[in-house]
Amino acid sequence: MSDVPMSDVLLEQLGTSWGALLALVCMAAVTYLCRFGGVWLMDHLPPSPRLRRALGALPGSIIISTVVPLGVMGGPASLIALVVAMIVMFKLRRDVLALVAGMVTVALLRQMGL
Amino acid sequence: MQSSPDPELKSPVYSPVTWTGFWLGMRLTLPLLPGIMVFGAAFGAGAAHKGLSLFEAMLSSGLVFAGAAQLVSLALWQDHWTLGSTLAITLVVFAVNARMILMGAALHHWFKTAAPMWRWFSLYLFTDANWILGVRYHQDGGRDYGMFVGSGVLLWMTWLLVTVPGYLLGSLVPDPKTWGIDLVMPIIFAVMLIPLWKGKQTALPWLVAAIVSIVVMQMVEGYAFIVVGALAGAIAGALMPEAQPDV
Repeated sequence: MSDVPMSDVLLEQLGTSWGALLALVCMAAVTYLCRFGGVWLMDHLPPSPRLRRALGALPGSIIISTVVPLGVMGGPASLIALVVAMIVMFKLRRDVLALVAGMVTVALLRQMGL
Repeated sequence: MQSSPDPELKSPVYSPVTWTGFWLGMRLTLPLLPGIMVFGAAFGAGAAHKGLSLFEAMLSSGLVFAGAAQLVSLALWQDHWTLGSTLAITLVVFAVNARMILMGAALHHWFKTAAPMWRWFSLYLFTDANWILGVRYHQDGGRDYGMFVGSGVLLWMTWLLVTVPGYLLGSLVPDPKTWGIDLVMPIIFAVMLIPLWKGKQTALPWLVAAIVSIVVMQMVEGYAFIVVGALAGAIAGALMPEAQPDV
């Protein structure tokens, strides 16, 4: 028996190291911080009509800020797929159908090389 | 959180958490699963390619559970970790996930009605997919918090499981881009935008968010455009005059 600690032997069996584990724990911790940070903040901010309006505008603004830059910069296939999906949703109000329409559109366009 | 000053928590009437809601959450998540499975498998394949062990790849999927951040983190993965490289990967993961701070704030009106135990547990499972499904469900009058939990549990289990075949099959996993799988979340986001439209009072915040996010995307590398654009839209909303009563 060498004097290598059991824990190090186990880590080697699992193909990892203390450094990698620490990195993963830091990544997970900072992600959880993001997950509950906004909720915690809203627990502690005094409510006001202005804050309520800001929060009301937030879901749409988050979606717009995610999707619009992608539609503008992501090439024609993504733009067309996003527009098709939104039109289907607007006309039929069926979200799964709209998702499928968008996915089929982008798959076809990507296969065509767009 | 028991000492929270929120008056609503003094006499807590928590949102129900039922099996019915739990199964509903799972069912609502099903249409998103094929895309999420390909994505999770792509992470597994990328992790194998980068030299992570299967154990490390699964830890990443199980603990971090945030696709975009996990994929980006692979570029910074090290064989030998230093304080600097650990800090760097942590900061990058934070930058990619900072949008969740705003997402959590945006759904606070529902989160705050969850019993503390459910709330902290479910926040661990909180990701783009159950966020957008939750926004929609709550807006349509749904209050059963089991929906959010059920969706999160299914997403987490799926994400963790598909990491394994992705890791083992490696280069056999198709590039998500070939079939447009990289667009699953953007498309479902775009679709859910339609029912969020409330007429004129929505127009200005959305326009501001669109312009600011595009400008920031051109000027700043990385994911800052989402957070900055969304904040700009929220501020525009705050500055607008009060609309007709509307919850």
